[in-house]
Amino acid sequence: MTGLSATLSRILAVFMKELVQMRRDRLTFAMMFVIPIVQLILFGYAINTDPRHLPAALLVEEQTPIVRTLTTALETSGYYDFILQTDDPRESADLLARGDVAFVVTIPAGFTRELLRGERPQILIEADASDPAAASGAIGRAEAILSRALRHDLKGPVAGLRASPLPFELIVHARYNPEGKTAYNIVPGLLGVILTMTLVMITGMAMTREVERGTMENLLAMPARPSEVMLGKILPYVAVGATQTAVILIAADLLFGVPFAGALWLLVLGVTVFVIANLAVGFTFSTIAQSQMQAMQLTFFFFLPSLLLSGFMFPFRGMPDWAQLIGEGFPLTHFLRLVRGVMLKDASFAQLQAPLLAMGLFTAIVLAIAMLRYRRTLD
Amino acid sequence: MSEDLAINVRGLVKRFGDKTAVNGVDIAMPHGQVWGFLGPNGSGKTTTIRMICGLLRATEGEGETLGFDIRRETEEIKRRTGYMTQKFSFWTDMTIRENIEFVARLYQMKDRKATVDETLETLGLTTRQNQLAGALSGGWKQRMALAAVTMHRPKLLLLDEPTAGVDPQARRDFWDEIHALSLDGMTVLVSTHYMDEAERCDRIVYLANGKKVAEGTVQQVIDRSGLVTFRGEGDGVRQLAERLKGRPGLDQVSYFGAALHVSGPQADLIEAAIGEAGGKDVSWSQVRPSLEDAFIAMMTEAGTDPRVHA
Repeated sequence: MTGLSATLSRILAVFMKELVQMRRDRLTFAMMFVIPIVQLILFGYAINTDPRHLPAALLVEEQTPIVRTLTTALETSGYYDFILQTDDPRESADLLARGDVAFVVTIPAGFTRELLRGERPQILIEADASDPAAASGAIGRAEAILSRALRHDLKGPVAGLRASPLPFELIVHARYNPEGKTAYNIVPGLLGVILTMTLVMITGMAMTREVERGTMENLLAMPARPSEVMLGKILPYVAVGATQTAVILIAADLLFGVPFAGALWLLVLGVTVFVIANLAVGFTFSTIAQSQMQAMQLTFFFFLPSLLLSGFMFPFRGMPDWAQLIGEGFPLTHFLRLVRGVMLKDASFAQLQAPLLAMGLFTAIVLAIAMLRYRRTLD
Repeated sequence: MSEDLAINVRGLVKRFGDKTAVNGVDIAMPHGQVWGFLGPNGSGKTTTIRMICGLLRATEGEGETLGFDIRRETEEIKRRTGYMTQKFSFWTDMTIRENIEFVARLYQMKDRKATVDETLETLGLTTRQNQLAGALSGGWKQRMALAAVTMHRPKLLLLDEPTAGVDPQARRDFWDEIHALSLDGMTVLVSTHYMDEAERCDRIVYLANGKKVAEGTVQQVIDRSGLVTFRGEGDGVRQLAERLKGRPGLDQVSYFGAALHVSGPQADLIEAAIGEAGGKDVSWSQVRPSLEDAFIAMMTEAGTDPRVHA
């Protein structure tokens, strides 16, 4: 019995010591509470695998009551938000390539006339299938939405058209990924995810390791400027990032057969900006974290929402506005648009300016913070 | 300022938040000397050294190291000084040679390979150059660190408790090395807790609570402490010590080997206390106070009246 009580009191001693240390390590303590809350909110509210209110462009070549009925029906279904109505196919195609719209709905000239004659005219829905999951809900319901809408309008002499088959033909073009292969969406995205994970963590730890081991003081006592130390430390990891990129791209081609439609230089440019953005984040974390452990935790804290809110795991457009707004703050979000744009859509530099600028802006802000923090930590 | 001063700092203050680590320290140290930097833990020695070598920015005060402004010309200072940190701060996951080579690169040394070879040779580490620095024993780590920070022939060498945790033989060798460097014309400021090391210095500076409490040669510091010490020897000293402690006029009662040292500011009060305490087989004699006695007295004094000037 005394043996047992001695054991218990020793367990209690260690238990109390852990509690004291846990309380001292504020960051860990905060993470233990913040992470579950963040996960709950993200998974509970932000994530929606059947996205509605997808931006779409309407390419209509005639304006008739029936056309209006059809477009209104698509809009009121809650799946399609027409942000543009045009009769210029180039304009709508450009929006689709940029990723500004998920669909282009085309109703050709003479549609109403052919419909009333019972000639089964075509309605074309071009969907951006670079993210097949995002588009599938809206596509799957399009036929039902349109036919139900027509049922109201086809009255009197044309009521006979209400009988099946449908009075029109719905053509769906899954653009950029006609077979709807998820690997085409996931593998390029994975490039961004892997770069984020490794680069933020490695740079975060590389600096804190010097501090933790006391070698930072030695480095700074020798004639090396803070900026020189920072650059010298970051550059090897740029090489690491380049190697990872090459490995993933080769694997994407050989193992998964992901097409590479666009310009390689554009992807290289995008990856470079993205790598620098992540290294800047890692470096900033290293100026905040007191230990390598904390650097790891900060990395995780950055990585988790990046993964969930960037559109990598779940459709970006399926999230509520506030979550999309937060998502816009992560470089991964913009990188995904860029990498899918280049590899799957053969997007041009002009079409990818927005994500490039967003990542550049992010980098500038984070680097400014890092520099401010770094100067202070010297003292 | 003065051309012949290696370190010339005036009124250095360093605050971290609301804590004042260094509070108005002046040091005017000529070239070519070896000075000891003493004081209890937390007295501000390391912080002062870091300000002198441009690693920390002084909150207040001004000064020059090797004629360069300690605020604005830190690059110049770093290039011309060698600073050995208190804790071994070389890369334990790099070999001895890789560490030395890295330092040589940072200082842009010419004939890098030859310099590194020579340094390793002088150190006696040529055969072990490919071992990890972390595998070295404490004494060897110190030697390697000293070699690394002196390889670029700095004019000023700042050593922060270089011999802490090093065995006596290694300590002696280390000091021989310091004196050899000093003969070569290097100026050396070394902080230490060891009194025997302090006695090897040309001058000592004593800090307490971030302030300079004393400065001078060992003899001057002892004399200025105004301390009187009696030494008691004999079989009964151990019992006597307990009876003497806390008597008026006695600042310290401590053992020196088998003998008892009793110190205070006034000889007559000490004699009276000794007389009252008795002790049959104990013979008393007045001796020269040791540096340690003087320091303990200064530390006690610094607690109540920190503004004592040497």
